[in-house]
Amino acid sequence: MTHDAVIIGAGHNGLVTACYLARAGLKVCVVEKNDWIGGAAVSRELYPGFTYSNCSYVASLFRPEIMRDLELPKHGLQILPYEGGAVFKEDGGYLGMFRDHDANRREFARHSKRDAEAYDRYSRDVLRFCRFIRPMLLRTPPDPSTFRPRDLSELMWLGRKMGEMSERQIAETVRFWTMSISDYLDEYFESPVIKGYLAVSAIIGTALGPMSPGSAYVLLHHYMGDVDGNVGAWGYARGGMGSITRALTQSLLAAGGEVRAGTGVEQILVSGGRATGVVLSNGDVIKGRRVISNMDVKRTFLKHVPEAELPGDFVKRVKAFKIRGSSGKLNIALDSAPVFPALPEGAPNIRGDLHFTDSVEKMERAYDDWKAGQFSRDPFQDCMIPTMIDPTMTPPGKHFMSCFVQYAPPKIEGRDWTDADRDAFGQTCLDQIARYSPGFKDRVLHVEVRTPRELEAEVGLTEGNIFQGELTFDQLLFNRPVPGYAQYRSPIRDLWMCGSSTHPGGGVMGAPGRNAAAEVLREMKHPSGMSEAYAVI
Amino acid sequence: MIATSKTPLDHFRTPLLQTPFHARTAPANRLNHWGPWAGYMTALCYGDSDMEYTAIRNGASVYDLCPMVKYAVRGREAAAYLNRLTIRNAAKLSVGGVHYTVWCDDAGKILDDGTLFRHAEDHYVICCQERHLGWLLDSAEGFEVTVEEITEDIAALSLQGPCSATVLGAAGFDVSALKPFRMARFPFEGGEITVSRTGFTGDLGYELWMAPDQALPFWDHLFAAGAPWNIRPIGTDALNLARIEAGFIITNMDFIPADQALREDRPRSPLEMGLDWMIDWEKGHFTGRRALLAEREKGSDWALIGLEVPGNISAEGSILYYGKKVEAGFITAAAWSPSVKKSIALAQVPARHRGGHDLWVEIYALRELQYVKLMLPVTVVERPFFNPARKRATPPGRV
Repeated sequence: MTHDAVIIGAGHNGLVTACYLARAGLKVCVVEKNDWIGGAAVSRELYPGFTYSNCSYVASLFRPEIMRDLELPKHGLQILPYEGGAVFKEDGGYLGMFRDHDANRREFARHSKRDAEAYDRYSRDVLRFCRFIRPMLLRTPPDPSTFRPRDLSELMWLGRKMGEMSERQIAETVRFWTMSISDYLDEYFESPVIKGYLAVSAIIGTALGPMSPGSAYVLLHHYMGDVDGNVGAWGYARGGMGSITRALTQSLLAAGGEVRAGTGVEQILVSGGRATGVVLSNGDVIKGRRVISNMDVKRTFLKHVPEAELPGDFVKRVKAFKIRGSSGKLNIALDSAPVFPALPEGAPNIRGDLHFTDSVEKMERAYDDWKAGQFSRDPFQDCMIPTMIDPTMTPPGKHFMSCFVQYAPPKIEGRDWTDADRDAFGQTCLDQIARYSPGFKDRVLHVEVRTPRELEAEVGLTEGNIFQGELTFDQLLFNRPVPGYAQYRSPIRDLWMCGSSTHPGGGVMGAPGRNAAAEVLREMKHPSGMSEAYAVI
Repeated sequence: MIATSKTPLDHFRTPLLQTPFHARTAPANRLNHWGPWAGYMTALCYGDSDMEYTAIRNGASVYDLCPMVKYAVRGREAAAYLNRLTIRNAAKLSVGGVHYTVWCDDAGKILDDGTLFRHAEDHYVICCQERHLGWLLDSAEGFEVTVEEITEDIAALSLQGPCSATVLGAAGFDVSALKPFRMARFPFEGGEITVSRTGFTGDLGYELWMAPDQALPFWDHLFAAGAPWNIRPIGTDALNLARIEAGFIITNMDFIPADQALREDRPRSPLEMGLDWMIDWEKGHFTGRRALLAEREKGSDWALIGLEVPGNISAEGSILYYGKKVEAGFITAAAWSPSVKKSIALAQVPARHRGGHDLWVEIYALRELQYVKLMLPVTVVERPFFNPARKRATPPGRV
């Protein structure tokens, strides 16, 4: 039998696309190489009784329109806002973050009275950029090189959006998109630790340092989501990040879709210039009227499509697409709650993101190691203990800790990572935590260490890049992933893309998946059944 | 050198601070009706807002002013700095004087309003609603001044009402010669308190400034002296009614500070808020001057107006219409005024509607769970709505 759509990869975007198409009445089959589903929004039990968030670890970007359309709450999805966060300083002090506005101001004032009062203006300015970009997330980028009516009207829409801003705001916006987060923060703040905390969102998942131009936009990418309307806030998916893809799978099955896990795609079948299905690694063939790849653009076109079927220029652009891995991950099962003596008894900060990098300079030095082809000797870590809030992931009193680590290069000085490299990397991270949390290592029951090698091999992310391609300005909007192919289509008819390599990029957002489904349905002249993107008023 | 505060690490346990008067205001607050104001617990009502309001207009009322944000500006070029920062002429303010003022961003939109106190040639204090240390320090580039945030270093009460001068006299502070917007210092228990003839009620009244450790003894002394005039603490609800009658505006209620506005069309200029009378165009450059000059040339987009509304129902939160159909601005503050016996309101309207021709207000009055919808014609009137002669009389009338 022939499916209406075969979707490669049961990550969140593949499942979002599948759900929308299935609800529109299409016969869809999602093919997943791993025995489990989830891609990078995945929860596995690697230690008995402990649910991990093995890759992505917090939620904010996932579009609420998608949760609503696909009835994900009915299928078990719950997003829990979290409070807190802290940067532990080398001198034994710390900077805490608080949801309460006045508590946060007083905390900042411990480090700089001026910065404490400058923070509101900074937040306002960044929020303005968020308000500008949010309406673009659920729209297909226009192709500026065509004269198709839809592209022209989308370009005009973009122009109108710019036109709504004052000249000064346009200048600010363009500056922000192109400058480094370090320079941007210097315009507001003087305290090294405050800047060190705020710079974090600009480097996560990116092979840029905080002093690299373009890093400020990456910060925006992390601020433009929301938790129930609280823009910029982040939360935990109750039951781990895998509960997002679990809810999507349930929604898909309820709509009559199908998931085949355990055998990956070997080759996308192309015949007469059209995609007609996939061959699995076990030789099975799944026929489809269209094939939609949730894999990144490099993996899709350089590994699973015969090069002869593709225009040379396209292949060249795909090869040049920047997808450099920059991060690793430690997932730790803990026998008891870690203690950070710097924090006062009862401080809520431990329920949020914990960092050990107390200045932008240290972050940049960690990036210097990456440039030299080494993992950072003094890495930046974004550590979270979701079980401080989520009672479902571990037995009572036990904890799961997720440590996102930068920087880790895709190759060590040009050669592949070895197990010894991986273990040394893991040890470096554990040592860093233990410096601020005595006895930490004694609480450890199990550690999963993932370098770019594991991320590529297990999750399928080329070079271990968590965004399926860097979020630099040259790779955004109608240039993502390749100019002329930003509308979820490819040079091969009926071969589509729906992953984070496409607009609007990475993170557990679901927007690429929804936009791709919208394009497929539009081409079929089929009603989409999608709710309008929520208005920004 | 980075200036830091000595806040204790466990400050998060009490995100709302208590003012130095808390040991007195807390037992007086029979309703335990508190609200947050600038990071402090502040009494919204102690027991009965009507009685508290009546104390403002009949006797002597005391409002805890401590949460007001305060900055000290010191240095040889303090006056020049403040002239550059604010729209009014701070150099013309004589030592011992106070004036109401406003500062703007480069686009000529209001960042905040506040009162400026000149304690010495080279020493001013700014009192305002919002926090601006970054802006104030950036603006100080090139001036020989220091700017310091001193909110927690000063405790303050507002004593307002027709008996306020009499009460101060009974307390041993003779303010009979003190003119409006002037300050005087008085010894108190080995220290000193500063009395300014200022306030936010549009009535006779004084603001009393002291060191935090003087707060409780001073409170006790004042309340003992004021007992014959039924001195009573008042909450924000009563004060808000009095300030509407006085026609005063409040930051973040009647306008949004330019540096907080997310939407670019929300900030307002001094011209749009009816504050053009305080701009000194001749004093030299000040921040926002170029934009304000341009606005004066081409006209403003908005206007703040005072309104009288027929009937006795408050128009709070209502939308205005031109010819009952086209939206034409909105009410920012409204109340039934006990002192003028009218329904009064402050409103922002597109400038072309400032005259109020064919202007209507649509009121949704909640009565027993149901809204009664009213469409009423409004009349533009001068502010203040309530303007008693006793506010200005020097010496003030003795009661």
